[in-house]
This record gives sequence, C-alpha cells and structure tokens, in this order.
Amino acid sequence: MSGGGSAPPFGPLGVMRSWLRLSGSPRARRGSGAWWAWLVVILGILYFFVPLAATLEFSLRACAPPNQPCTAPDFSAYANTFDDPFFFSTLAFSFVVGLVTIVISLLIIVPTAYWVRLRVPRLRPVVEFVTLLPFVIPPVVLVFGLIRIYSRPPLLVTATNFGSVALLVAAYVVLSFPYMYRAVDAGLAAMDVRVLTEAAQSMGAGWRKILWSVIFPNLRTAALSGAFLTLAIVVGEFTIGNFLAPYGFGPYISLLGRDKIFEPAAVSLISFGLTWLAMIFLALVGRGRGSRVQVAGAR
Amino acid sequence: MSSAEQTTPVTAPKRPARTASTWSWLGVLPFFLWAVMFIALPAAFLFVGSFLLRDGSVGLQNYADLTTGAILPAFANSIYLSFFSALIGAIFGFLLAAAVILGNLPRFMRSALMTFSGVASNFAGVPLALAFVFTLGNLGLVTKMLAETFGFNLRATGFSLYSMEGLILVYLYFQFPLMVLVIAPSIDGLRREWREAAENLGATPYQFWRKVALPILMPSILGAGILLFGNAFGAQATAFQLSGGTIPLATLMISSQMSGDVLFNPGLGYAVAMGMVAIMAVSIVAYSVLQRRSESWLRR
Repeated sequence: MSGGGSAPPFGPLGVMRSWLRLSGSPRARRGSGAWWAWLVVILGILYFFVPLAATLEFSLRACAPPNQPCTAPDFSAYANTFDDPFFFSTLAFSFVVGLVTIVISLLIIVPTAYWVRLRVPRLRPVVEFVTLLPFVIPPVVLVFGLIRIYSRPPLLVTATNFGSVALLVAAYVVLSFPYMYRAVDAGLAAMDVRVLTEAAQSMGAGWRKILWSVIFPNLRTAALSGAFLTLAIVVGEFTIGNFLAPYGFGPYISLLGRDKIFEPAAVSLISFGLTWLAMIFLALVGRGRGSRVQVAGAR
Repeated sequence: MSSAEQTTPVTAPKRPARTASTWSWLGVLPFFLWAVMFIALPAAFLFVGSFLLRDGSVGLQNYADLTTGAILPAFANSIYLSFFSALIGAIFGFLLAAAVILGNLPRFMRSALMTFSGVASNFAGVPLALAFVFTLGNLGLVTKMLAETFGFNLRATGFSLYSMEGLILVYLYFQFPLMVLVIAPSIDGLRREWREAAENLGATPYQFWRKVALPILMPSILGAGILLFGNAFGAQATAFQLSGGTIPLATLMISSQMSGDVLFNPGLGYAVAMGMVAIMAVSIVAYSVLQRRSESWLRR
C-alpha cells in the first residue's frame, strides 16, 4: 500500500532509490514529502539499532576491564554462555513450559471459539471480555493473587515443585488467551463453520471428530500464529516466573545480569535473536492474511 | 466449498445437535472454569482482602491509606512514566507508520518495519533493560563515545538511565513499535478518494491533514495512546531489572510487597493492586470505546 514516488527526492537517497529501481508505483502522489519520511525512519532505525549495536559491542569486550578497548573482538562471553549448563536448562525449561501452555491454550480456546460461533453466539461478548482480562489485570497483580490463593491450606498448590510449575503454566495459559482467542476467532471467521459442521455431521462425524478432523486442520495457520506469539511471550517472561517458579530463561537472564559483566550482553542478544526467529515464523505463517494487531505481554 | 455439500442427503441442513439448547453452554465450560480458577479467584481474593483491615475488621481504611507514605508517589510516578512514554511513543510511532505508508519510501521498508515492530514490541523486560545499560549505563557504548569523542559527560547533564527520564527512554523501545502495529491499519484505511476530494476543492496538504485526516484518525490515535499507557503501566520486569526494585513505581511496590510485607499491612498491598486494576480497567474501556468509534469511519 505504500506509494512509491513518481520523482525521487534529491541527494544520495534519490540516487539510491533510482538505483534500486523502487519508484514508479501506480499510486504516485504529488508533493515531495519524502524528506520527512526519511528523517523519521532514520531516527527510528538509529533508536532501534543503537542499543543492539551497543550490546553486541559490549558482548565482544570480555578480554579486558570494561573500560579498556579490546585489540580484537573477544568471543569468550559467548563461549562461557554456551558452556553454562544453566543457559540450556533454563531455555529448555521455558521452551517446554511454552509448548505445554500452547497445547492447553489451544485445547481450551479452539472448542470455545468454535462453540461460541456455532451454538452460543450470545456468549460472545462475555468470552471476549474474559479474554481481555489479562490486559486489565497486570501480570504482577495476577501473580500476587495466584500466590496468595494457592499457597495456603485450602488450595495449597505451591508446596511442591510440580505444583508451582503447573500454576506457572496455568498463569501463562491465561496470558495467552487474548492472542490465542483473536487468532483462532479470525481463523474461524475465514471459513464457513456452519456448513463445514453440517457437512461433517451428515457424514456421521461426532463432535470430537468434527473438531479434530475438520475444524482444526482449517485453523492450522491461525493456531500457529497464536502459538508463536505465545512462545515469544512465555520464553522471555520474567515477572510471573520469578515469583512462581524461577527456573525459566527470563529469571536466568535477570540473575546473570547481576552476577556477570559480559555474558548478560551475549545472552540478551541471543534472546533478541530468539524473539526475532519467532516473529519471522509468525510473519511467514500469517502471510497473505490481513495484518492483525498484536499486543504483547512480558514487560 | 459449498458445491461439495450439494450431494449430501437433504436431511442435513439445520439439524440440531442432540439436546442442543439445554446443554450447549457446556461447550464453553472448560474456558470459564479456567478463567474462574486462574483469573477471577485470585482477583476476588485481592479484592476481598483489600477491605480487611489490620485489626481484623472490615472497612475502607486501606483505600484511604493509599494516599499515605510512598504509595501516592509510586502511583504518580507510574502514571507519569506511562503517560509520557505513551505520548512520545504514540507521536513517534504514528510518524513512523505514516512515513512508511504514505511517505513514498521504498516498498520493502514497510514490511521490514512491521516485522521489526513485532520483534521490538516483544523485546521487553530483562534483556531490554540490559541492552540499555550497555548503551547508556555508566560503561555504555554511547556514554563512552560521547565522553571520548566529544568530551561530553552525559552524567553531568543530570541524565541517568535509572531515573524517570531514563525509564521513559527505555520504555519507548517497546512503546512505539506497538503504536506502529496498532495504528498502521487505520492509516491504511485513509481512502485515497478523501485526499483527492480535498485536493479538488483546493485544499493544501496541511489543510487535508488538519481538517480531514487527523479528525478521522483521532479516535484511533487516542485509543492507541491509551493502549500504550496501559502497556507501560502494567510493566514490571524492565524497571525491576534496571533498578533492582528501588524506583518507586506501583508495579515494583506490589512485587516488593509480595516478597516481603514492606507495607506492613497485607490489606494495603491488596488495595494497591486493586488501584492498579482500576486504572487499567478505565484505560481498556476507554480504548475499546474509541476503537469502536474509529471503526465506523475506517471500515472498508
């Protein structure tokens, strides 16, 4: 939808654009407003990339005291990171927690969204409201309430490690509701749920068969985009994890940030790379569908 | 898709499921059970607890006590931080989205910006705080470069990464990417015909923006700004990592109340949490009202 200009702007940028042959869109507009656009974009790029560049630079300075320059890039911060068994164990923990969260979230949200569309549309506003609650109740408040209620006698869950991790997964499933519901509901809107259901019914399929063999395969793209977003949120999550079961990647980076100097820079960059990977998969999966708004968590 | 069903027997259409109406709500039961156990119950616990006073009686004293001690400044700081990071994030995010959509830029920049915004709006919390320490902390790259290249002492100007202004700068890293994601569909929704009509009537670009585009976009912009406000208001990890919990913010107050009863009154801690929920609820309601209003113009 972006309009390529009919006439390139002045200076090196104009040369670069004609060199890249990027002009000549049918939607050419008058007025050379492009200089402000370039200004804004360059400012944005600087703000985006300077912290990343600084982190990269810092992560390569492990050879000397922090205020001395290295003669050559030193990769020992990365070597130390990959030698650290906690790096892999916490990452694996977060990843598994993320996968379990995704599976439970799908098992809850897909039948709910399907059922709301097909049978109980009057419940739609209620369901939508509930899926928005994780935005109203910030994670720190949610974990506050969870700890208070599930760590004392009638409902003592956090006494065991397993109980704490299960509670963590339960909280993450709640966090995933807004993204998962929107993604799945958008996926359902793109197909004719009623016709598909009736066709399957008339061939003798039961509800479980319909959900598993008809609805779910059609939802694969939508479910995947909800899943990657959930994974991106869960893997780096700190607030809830730190209080309920601090064995994940977020609490690990936080602790590292206090104990070490250069390794945190390396791990922060790796974490950024992981987020990037999840988003690239998200973009690949969601290609061809309208751009949807994604609001993130894990601040 | 519809042609396939034409071959099925005529009995199919509109056949209700067995005992549909009475039991149909059962299909959404797991969802609501989950929501009750892991959202409603904890929230209700905090809500009820906020009315229990230290001496065992029931009353509103905890809410009255929100104005005492460090609580009011913490809320004020949280609101200050959220307001300004939302304001700056909304303005700059809008400009950035407008730049790639309307600014005659190469087309690939749009998808690059969108993907990057997805990443950056998710790149928050601990790694983000660390990245800014490496940038603008005492040993950070930019701090060092300013000092060595220009002889400019950043700290002498009074700037500190660990102050409110520093936090605003850090929060912007996830604020304006979010603004870009939220506002881009609305800017896309500006119809070309509106601009052409304005131009035919002799409007300058300034007049077009002032009288047509901005009034149409205003509900979306305001709504997105409120979303950004809530986004910053509920954030805990970034500020916690930067300050170790020492900056007085509402979220940090709750987390330290959780680790140890720093307010010396559990009920007061619950009241602080409820205060946060109230502010978040107001902003989410305002957001959805504005969103609905903007949809009436921008629906395609």
